[in-house]
Amino acid sequence: MQYLLLIYDKESDWGTLSEAQQSAMMKEYQDFTKSINESGHWRASSQLHPVSKATTVRIRDGKKMVTDGPFAETKEQLGGFYLVEAKDLDEAVALAARVPSARFGSIEVRPLVGRNRP
Amino acid sequence: MTIEQIYREESGRILATLIRLLGDFDLAEEAVQEAFSAALAQWPREGTPSNPRAWLVSAGRNKAVDLLRRRALLEDKRDQLARWIALAQQVADAPEDNMLKDDRLRLIFTCCHPALAREVQVPLTLRTLCGLSTEEIARAFLVPTSTMAQRLVRAKQKIRDAGIPYRVPDDDQLPERLETVLLVVYLVFNEGYNATAGDAVVRLELCGEAIRLGRLLHGLMPREPEAEALLALMLLHDSRRDARVTRSGEIVLLEEQDRGQWHAEQIEEGLQLVEDALTRGAKGAYALQAAIAALHAQAKSASETDWHQIAVLYELLLQIQPSPVVELNRAVAVAMSQGPAEGLQLLDAIEERRVLSGYYLLPAARADLLRRMERWEEAESVYQRALSLAGNGAERRFLERRVSEMRTQARAAENDR
Repeated sequence: MQYLLLIYDKESDWGTLSEAQQSAMMKEYQDFTKSINESGHWRASSQLHPVSKATTVRIRDGKKMVTDGPFAETKEQLGGFYLVEAKDLDEAVALAARVPSARFGSIEVRPLVGRNRP
Repeated sequence: MTIEQIYREESGRILATLIRLLGDFDLAEEAVQEAFSAALAQWPREGTPSNPRAWLVSAGRNKAVDLLRRRALLEDKRDQLARWIALAQQVADAPEDNMLKDDRLRLIFTCCHPALAREVQVPLTLRTLCGLSTEEIARAFLVPTSTMAQRLVRAKQKIRDAGIPYRVPDDDQLPERLETVLLVVYLVFNEGYNATAGDAVVRLELCGEAIRLGRLLHGLMPREPEAEALLALMLLHDSRRDARVTRSGEIVLLEEQDRGQWHAEQIEEGLQLVEDALTRGAKGAYALQAAIAALHAQAKSASETDWHQIAVLYELLLQIQPSPVVELNRAVAVAMSQGPAEGLQLLDAIEERRVLSGYYLLPAARADLLRRMERWEEAESVYQRALSLAGNGAERRFLERRVSEMRTQARAAENDR
């Protein structure tokens, strides 16, 4: 099955880290990505630009509305994702627990509606 | 054995196996129902087979294959069709000995998976492992049947769509996951034992089911001391079931219970289990509570109980499970071993923190200590306060009796003066 691991944390926290801490964090992410790629779980992943760069689009009554900012203001923001292949939820949860941000943010594990169910 | 008894005993085991083979709760449930309908039709005519379970598993398997093929015929999506046919073949080819394996341990770990909400772990376990009907479960938890049915449907959908696995967790995850499973079993037991309201018969059944699950866990994981301790705890508490309420449903306090009515064999079993669990190193909340229950079970009367030891055990319990309810129990044990005044002091400390303010047992315990100190009028007013918080009929009637006793005592004391 495929699962999307959605990484939520406080964007503002990033700015409070020292440069050394930031690069340590980046390194951790690189190592994690490399490791789950080698184990065959990795399908896709990326960090996202902060919500200040987000644009939300809606069509209402046939009219397109484009607004600045995310779909909803939340305490923690979606900051990145991994798309992984896992045999079941336990395996997906074990991967999610290894995402560096799991230690201070939250990782939401969402199964994809796929055709590849057994 | 009647088919009904076999259903009670075996349907959970058969369902567990079919869920493993099919990977689908609903389909497996349907197959189990059909297998039992076939048994109802055939057995009275042809006689009960020598191994009813093997017969039912095999009938369930065949029914599932039929159901899958029928579904495949109705299915117009090609990938679904292929899936059903492949599954039907796989199930049809499952070797007999693989089919008869006990799968209930996997099933209970699935039903108690942390990715499912607690409010559905308990009902799902009762539904799938104990074979209780949705109506019965709804009645036990005082929610409309439709609400409970919806909860169960959602849980089963999540198991399927989120890929919640159907297996016993690996060793590194086992302690953490077993904890949830034991908690669910404990909650089922408590739901039955500490009825706050609801149907008495269903409640009694919940205790029985929890013990069955406890036996199952202990039987399947005999090396787990906490599982053993939980079984001991439930057996020891449940051994008092006939003495703790009268036939008309009135509450009888521990110290006033006719200990001759306690189930001696069950106590014997519980004591052996708790001893064994403690020897194996059980030191969790269930083990401590079981040890407390064991001291009660061994005492000839309330006054001959080792209250000091019980107070010590509550103290230890408080360290691993800080809770005002445990504190309350410790206060009662201290009152029994050192005197009501000491107990009252501890109760004061709880009340000052304004925890448990809606919990009737706090004023009830206080009133009981005042009663022991023969402070009748104070006791009466505190019993009144407890009465205003009590939930079910039996609790209310018990407190009403106490209130009127306190009045009588107060009047008698007045006359003596």
